[in-house]
Amino acid sequence: MAGLPLLLAGEGWGGGLSTNNVLRKERAPTRIASGDAIRPPPQAGEAKKELPSVVVAKDHNAILLHAVDEAAVRTGLSIGLPLANARAICPELTVYDADPAADLKTLNDIADWCDRFTPLVALDAPYGLFLDITGCAHLFGGERALLQIVTHALSRRGFAVSAAIAGTSIAARTLTRHVSGKIVADGAEAQAVGPLPVSALGADSAVTTGLRRAGLKTIGDVAARAPHEISARFGSAFTTLLGHALGQGDAPISPRKPLPDYIVEKRFPEPIATDTVIALTLSSLAKMLVAAMDKQGKGARQLEASFFRTDGAVRAIMVETGRPVTRPEMIDRLFRERLDALSDPLDPGFGFDLIRLAAGRTEIVVQQQRDLDATVHDNDEISALIDRIAARIGGKRVVVHLPLESHIPERSALALPAQHHLAAASAAAWPERVVGEPPLRPLRLFERPEPIKVPFASVPDGPPHQFTWRRALHAVVRVEGPERIAMEWWKQDGAALTRDYFRVEDAEGQRFWIFRDGLYENELRDEAGAPVAANWYVHGLFA
Amino acid sequence: MNGARTGTLASLRGSIARIEAPSEAAMPNRIALGHASADAMLRGGLAPAALHEVFAAGHQSGAATGFIAGLAGLISARKPLVWVRQDFSDRENGALSMHGLAELGLDPRLLVTVRAADVDGALRTAADALACDALGAVVLEVWGQARQLDLVASRKLTLAAQASGVTALVLRIAATPIPSTAETRWIVRAAHSPPGNAASPWGAPRVEAELVRNRHGPVGRWIMEWKCDECQFSEPSAYPQPVAATPAHRPHQAQARAGHRLAS
Repeated sequence: MAGLPLLLAGEGWGGGLSTNNVLRKERAPTRIASGDAIRPPPQAGEAKKELPSVVVAKDHNAILLHAVDEAAVRTGLSIGLPLANARAICPELTVYDADPAADLKTLNDIADWCDRFTPLVALDAPYGLFLDITGCAHLFGGERALLQIVTHALSRRGFAVSAAIAGTSIAARTLTRHVSGKIVADGAEAQAVGPLPVSALGADSAVTTGLRRAGLKTIGDVAARAPHEISARFGSAFTTLLGHALGQGDAPISPRKPLPDYIVEKRFPEPIATDTVIALTLSSLAKMLVAAMDKQGKGARQLEASFFRTDGAVRAIMVETGRPVTRPEMIDRLFRERLDALSDPLDPGFGFDLIRLAAGRTEIVVQQQRDLDATVHDNDEISALIDRIAARIGGKRVVVHLPLESHIPERSALALPAQHHLAAASAAAWPERVVGEPPLRPLRLFERPEPIKVPFASVPDGPPHQFTWRRALHAVVRVEGPERIAMEWWKQDGAALTRDYFRVEDAEGQRFWIFRDGLYENELRDEAGAPVAANWYVHGLFA
Repeated sequence: MNGARTGTLASLRGSIARIEAPSEAAMPNRIALGHASADAMLRGGLAPAALHEVFAAGHQSGAATGFIAGLAGLISARKPLVWVRQDFSDRENGALSMHGLAELGLDPRLLVTVRAADVDGALRTAADALACDALGAVVLEVWGQARQLDLVASRKLTLAAQASGVTALVLRIAATPIPSTAETRWIVRAAHSPPGNAASPWGAPRVEAELVRNRHGPVGRWIMEWKCDECQFSEPSAYPQPVAATPAHRPHQAQARAGHRLAS
């Protein structure tokens, strides 16, 4: 156990916290055993035989112990031991395979749960979390109380937690590797971290071994040396890490989610589960949010409602809007549409104890005179309609169209989400039609041209006399063409063939846009150079 | 007693007729299609703020789409248009091409397309869009014999259209008409484009539109041609074409024949 940062039970994690008047971080390194990570701790009444169990992983073709529980530690097993040796020490070992993906998912779930304390939660894979609790601790009764809430709640779910609060994230992490529940005052990091073994820093095993061989057992020993000596031997990255652990400078944490511009939330002493109460809560939160944004003249473009269940599960629902929203009833309506349309409805389980509404992206709202200018009003109405539809069926399903600079029919228009491109689409310049000409382009265009069977053409380059499309035979009575469209050779890999388009009308009066793929005798040749039959396609239908 | 009964019946019938047929003055301005005899049959044109159904004959989606695009262009004028369609319709009949719309003289800038996953979603979206009075028209494109689009659903659409003044146009492909609350119902099939010679290109969008239901008037059947430049329907125009020279010795017959051919 000596060289290892932490030994944990089968399912467990340690956590830490750190303090500084400016920045406070909490960190909770976890070591999660295979598969199901959230398992209740063994009950007192349960069989207390305590057979040791371990988690193994394959490393360089050797099966090594990846995590061990307390019983295993007592029998003398430690992380990194080959499984064969462990079996020799303790034949009645229960062995599980490591599942890093499930571990990471559990860590993410725990991070979701930690969102209730601060919006800035960062992962420190494989088993740690950083919480930036600057300015948050007083909401939970101070740092000591917050630390207790976190450790208590997590240990109750069967995790082994080690937590610490310090001024820098690295200092906090270093502390958690040794002891849980330590709160270090601002500036006292060096003193607190000094007596800890160098392995607590979490540097490479090569560095740790090297330090130990050099006789530097504790972090204090290392800090006592001149920095350039350490850098020369172990690299500047390690010196930086050491500096951070000692509270000199700080490495920024990278939170999982960007910090929302505005957050409002409601906590419930008694969990709520009924739809009406949830809806009422959302409307009152919307009012609070709008009031907060209104003070700074902002409107929300992206809203996220998070529902924290009592059992730790968190469900976040996001809606986006095309224009900044400034009215609570609009927010209310958007969420109602979204919640109604959820494919897996919101499951309150045993109830939600916290509902939070956050404005992820906001914009300054330009106040406009509404009543006199009808178009402003109309545009507002339409973007509100688009927002509502998008909230229910998804933003990508409501599209406006923009012209593209391409003469390839299927690439000449672009469909973009209406929420973001409404203004651009209404100002787009489409090519003018030629006055007096019948339509040159079909009204309905197939995304993929559909192959048709053409028995023969009168001349190899000419239009067909009849063709079979979708098992129906169409006799061609009139033809206009060809219109030759060459592919964009400057973009292509050279595989695409030139198309000859014909407008044809069949005996019933239906008008089609068909093309022959490839120029006869020029492009349509097999490897031997003999001409091959062309493929014909129908690409569109005229009105 | 018999006389009193007849009187009651007559007064009841009168009141039902009053309820069913809102007075002409109260009706919003009708939108003329441009096709004179069809407009006369429709008493001035298509009623806005109502539900109109267009069925494609067989699988002829091109002609029906052209017809409904024309109606939508006429009704919505300069106002935005919402076109609601199913994912499946895109694959089966092709997506609406913006260049094709522009070629018909309609403005792609005013179009917002909604692709719903299924009929229920499309219906709900259409009802939502109909409630927004800033729109000119809402087109709902449904493929196949959708059971969801029954009398109740069409009643909902009609009520929404009446409340907001937005016209609802329903395009049905590969479906047969079932009872609905539509103001008019059309069956549209492709018609041969006008005969042309080397100088006059063929291909003007022509459809054979059959009015099979008209709540306030008779029905009929016409060949309509969409005038891309004027953005309205018209009678099929006679294009110049080679006609056999009039025989000098049979003036009356020959004149009649020539006139007949020109009008056909």
